[in-house]
Formats: sequence, structure tokens, C-alpha cells
Amino acid sequence: MSSHNESILREPLITGKDITYAKVTDDILLPVENKPNKAWWIGFTLAALGALLWVVSVSYTFWTGIGAWGLNKTVGWAWDITDFVWWVGIGHAGTLISAVLLIFRQNWRNSINRSAEAMTIFAVICAATYVVAHMGRPWLAYWIFPLPNQFGSLWVNFNSPLVWDAFAISTYFTVSLVFWYCGLLPDIASVRDRAAGLKRRIYSIMSFGWNGSVKTWQRFEIVSLILAGISTPLVLSVHTIVSMDFATSVIPGWHTTIFPPYFVAGAIFSGFAMVQTLLLVMRKVLNFENYITMFHIESMNKIILVTGSIVGIAYLTELFIAWYSGSEYEMYAFANRIAGPYWWAYWTMMTCNVISPQLFWFKKIRTSIPISWVLSIVVNIGMWFERFVIIVTSLHRDYLPSSWAMFYPSWVDVGIFVGSIGVFFTLFLLFLRFLPSIAIAEVKLLLKSASLQQKTKLVKEGHLNPEQVEFFRNSLTKYDSVTEEDIKELEIK
Amino acid sequence: MSNTKYIIGSFADPDEMMDGIDRLQANNIGIYDCFTPMPIHGIEAKLGVRPSRLPIAAFCFGITGTMLGFSLLYYTMTYDWPMNIGGKPALPLPNFVPVTFEVTILLCALGMVATFFFRNHLFPGRAPRVMDLRASDDRFIIAVDARENTDHEKIANLLKEAGAVEVKYNERKYVSYE
Repeated sequence: MSSHNESILREPLITGKDITYAKVTDDILLPVENKPNKAWWIGFTLAALGALLWVVSVSYTFWTGIGAWGLNKTVGWAWDITDFVWWVGIGHAGTLISAVLLIFRQNWRNSINRSAEAMTIFAVICAATYVVAHMGRPWLAYWIFPLPNQFGSLWVNFNSPLVWDAFAISTYFTVSLVFWYCGLLPDIASVRDRAAGLKRRIYSIMSFGWNGSVKTWQRFEIVSLILAGISTPLVLSVHTIVSMDFATSVIPGWHTTIFPPYFVAGAIFSGFAMVQTLLLVMRKVLNFENYITMFHIESMNKIILVTGSIVGIAYLTELFIAWYSGSEYEMYAFANRIAGPYWWAYWTMMTCNVISPQLFWFKKIRTSIPISWVLSIVVNIGMWFERFVIIVTSLHRDYLPSSWAMFYPSWVDVGIFVGSIGVFFTLFLLFLRFLPSIAIAEVKLLLKSASLQQKTKLVKEGHLNPEQVEFFRNSLTKYDSVTEEDIKELEIK
Repeated sequence: MSNTKYIIGSFADPDEMMDGIDRLQANNIGIYDCFTPMPIHGIEAKLGVRPSRLPIAAFCFGITGTMLGFSLLYYTMTYDWPMNIGGKPALPLPNFVPVTFEVTILLCALGMVATFFFRNHLFPGRAPRVMDLRASDDRFIIAVDARENTDHEKIANLLKEAGAVEVKYNERKYVSYE
């Protein structure tokens, strides 16, 4: 029931005064219904320039071949696969927020799931471009799928994790897209019913004729729940399979059973960091402070702390097992990571991923917006280096010392990476401009239970335990969107 | 008022709308449908809407996916062209798990969503059948068929008593058509 009174101990998920259903729609649709401001244009221009760099670098790769990259005979996988795994990992947070948190009935997901899912889709698009680029002959990319063919009906090798990966990533992309779009339907209908002229027509087509009747909503909720239920094992399987690209090989440093859980934790870790990077800017620029509150920020920081610690333990376990295995090659691979020619990459990874998230144990840091933002970027730098360390340091010194080599990226490598960030932000900024970036219907659902104004009303009615009210008041001090007057109002006279 | 097709009770609050449903039902007035900007929990039970059978559809599609995925693997790897790949058996069941799983999920998701769209007539370009344009914004709408329930004044009074901010007499069923 929408009028269900939530415990006063729970922190509010919507702050601000006089928030009505109409105001929620108005606030969230502001960027969609109005001309974009200067900040958007500056961001979009920069991102589009990045995307242009991507087009140039990828075209150059296709024109000249993979030789345009810094790869050599020994290091056959480097920047490209690093970037691929990095982007796929970033994508995972969106599914985690939209699916796992839905199953666990975490209501705070309601105002961040939309943008996080959009981020997932754009990140997976970026990741997929690397796979295609790495094939060298992208016009033959369909060979990865088991299609009847003229080569004596030669099928793909289903024993290979690379084939599993093609299935996993394409399924993941499709299911995420469907999940995201289903959730968008009611909100697109909101835009449609308020718009006029051509805009109305376009949003009308996009809304699939949504009308919000009882049966539609009932089925909508079932669909969301089942999609969440199947997306949860799916998201785990995707990064498990990505890790198997490495773990099923016999390369020291890759051939470990810890990879699947360790990669999944790392994926969620980097994904939440990316969500944080985007949302902290988005809430400020689009004035969403009342919907994406300090509680959301702190919760995400807590998840970054947990997953960062899991990743840290995985690093240490890897080291221990390398020693405990007694395998000379395994031990060398790790000694080489720590103190070899790529020591700086290893220690960047260790500092960014293991040490920096531990700062989130301090509440002051966890609830500070500038520090959270900087740390979220630090985490993503660290997670990029993690993939670089795993891939390049394990390969560059193989079994034969005569073929030992170093990897140096070419401008094309760097161009594709920087460019893909441009592609990502171009897509994300277009999303902010044309689609509701917060799930309007789901936020409305919280208005009568989890909003500050509702809780203030409950306190004023005065049937609550004063100790609990005191606890609630204290929890509000960290909110940047709650004024001292708001807190004063909660005093029990 | 003889041309009135539907009486629309427009509420600003979901609980008042639920109250309105109760009042109408207590007076034996059938409700055509409700339109809301967000899902209202518990409304299905009130209106006697049966639970959705989409989970069954999802399960059937999922099982179909499992069978299709496994058949594909079995046909290609074991039956059509068995190959010696690093001495592995021609029927490496553990290696079949990931792809079978992915095909299961894919078919389950696509099949279920397609069923949802099909049953609710949702498709790109469908003309929206909306009875009140604010139902996707801030109004909770109860629609009553005015031809079946003739005492229009009573209906309007009941809706207003429950807290309706507006009662409309629509001569057209859907206001969204141009």
C-alpha cells in the first residue's frame, strides 16, 4: 500500500518540502522538456570530440590492421582486452542496482536504477566495440556465432570460453536493453501526455501506447521482478565467463580458480564507482539533490567499500596461493608483477583498489561529495590497471626468456581508449537530454512512505518513540539537501 | 448527459482513489478500469483482477531455451561434426553449461516480454488509449462505464465524497486521439 508507514528509523529517500506527484514529474522531466543548458553543451562537445577520436582510431585500425596497436609476438592481448574487461565490469553495477537490489527490496534503488541501467547499456556497447576491433576483420565478426556455412559446415568450438563470452555478452546486452526499455515505458508515456506536436508523436511511438491501466501495471511489475530474477544469475555468469577467458588458459597468473568471484566483485566495485562518478555530477547539474540524496551516495560508498575489500582479499589470496602452490612459474609471475618492469602498474592497482576504498570506513569521507567523487575516479583508474596488470604482466615474460618483451601502446591504442570514453559520455548525455533519467513512477511510489515530508508529518502527529525520532534527526545531519530548519521541525515539543 | 460514455473520477491521492473504489463497489457500481501514474499495490484484489500468468509463460520460454541451447550444442559438437579438440570428449557436458544457460535466459526474457507486449497490445506506434491525460502525471483515475451505470449523479457524489478533485463526463472513450 502506498500509505504504509515506514519505520522512522529508516532514512528518507526523498527530501525537500512540498513534493507532490506533479512536482516529481516536473523536476525529473525538466532536462527533457527544456532546452539544454550551457553545461550540457560543453560536456556534449567534449564527449563528441572524444567520440570522433574513437572513430578515427578505429577506422585506422580497420584500415591498417591490428598492427596499428602496440602488440607484439609475446604480448598478443594488451590494451584492447584491458579496455574490454574494464567496460564490461563497469556495466555490471547497473544490473546490480536494477536487479539485485530489486530482489532484496532496497527502495533506494528506485531513483538511481534508470541512469545506472543506461550506463550498463552504454558500457557494454563500448566493450563490444573492442571485441569487434580486436577481430581485425570486423566484417567477419559473425563467424563467432554457429551459423550454417560453406566451409564443410564447420561449427564454432563450444569448448572455448571466447565463444561463451560472445553468447554471454550478447545475451547480457539484449536482456539489459529490454529491462531498461520496459522500465522506461511508463515514463515515456508521462513525457508523451505532456508534450505537443511532433514531440508528442515521437514519444507516442516510443511509449508503445502505454496507458497505465491496472492490468498493465500488474504485468509490468511481474515482468520487472522476473527480469530481475533472471538478470541476477546472468550478470554473475557474464563476468564469470569473462574471467574464464583467462582462467581456462595455462598461463601462470591467469590459471586460477579464484578468478570468477574475484572478477565479479571487481566488476561491481568499478561499476559502482562509475555510477558514483556520473550521479554526483548529474544530481548537481540537473538539480536532483532531493531524489539522489546523501543516503544513496553513502550506500553506494558502502558497496564500494565491501567489494573493494573483497577485491583486496582476492589479491592477497592470489599471492598466497602462488607461494603455496610451490609452482615456480606461478611464483615468478607474481614476483614479476610486484617487482618486475611493470611494478608501477601493480602498485597503482594496489593503492587505488585496496587502500583508497578503505577510506570509506570514515563517515566524514563517505558522506563528502567531493572526496567521494575523486575516490570513485581513483577506483576506476585502479580497476583499469588491475586488468592491465593481469593481462600484460602475465604475458610479457612467457616460458622462453628469449621471447620476453615489453608492451608499449601506440597512439591508436590510446586513441581507442580515450575515444571510447567519449562515445560513452556522448551516449549518456544524449540519454539525459531525451529520456527521463530517474524512474518517475518508481520515485512516486516512495513519496507517501519514504519521503522526508511524510516522516516529518508522522513525527508531528506525535505517536512515535522519542528516542527513535532523535535517531532519525541525527541521521539527517549528513544530508546536503536538508536544512537545519527542516531538522528543527522534527523536535518533539 | 445522455452522450456521456465514461465518468472519470480524478484523484490526487492513491489512498483516496482506493476509498473511491470501495464506495463505488459498496453501491454495486462496476468499475471499468483505473489508470495511475504508478503501480498501486493491492488494487488487483479490490477490482478482482486475476493474478498474472506471465511467470508461467516465462518458465515455458526458459525451458524452451534450455532445450534449444542444448540441442544446438549437441547437434554441432557431438552429432554433426565431432572433433578432437585437445583430446576432450565429443560430449563435454560441463562445457555446454554456459551457452545453454545464456540461451535459457535470453529466450526467457525475450519470450516473457513479447508475451507482455502482446497481451497488453503494446507495440511501437500504437495509439495510446488514455482516458485522462494526467493519469501519467499526478492523477489517479477511476473510470466508470456511464451506459451500464445510469445514476450518474450518485456516482459523481460517491467519487467526490471519497475525495475526487474532479469528476468528468467523457463523451469519448479515449481523449488521446486527435
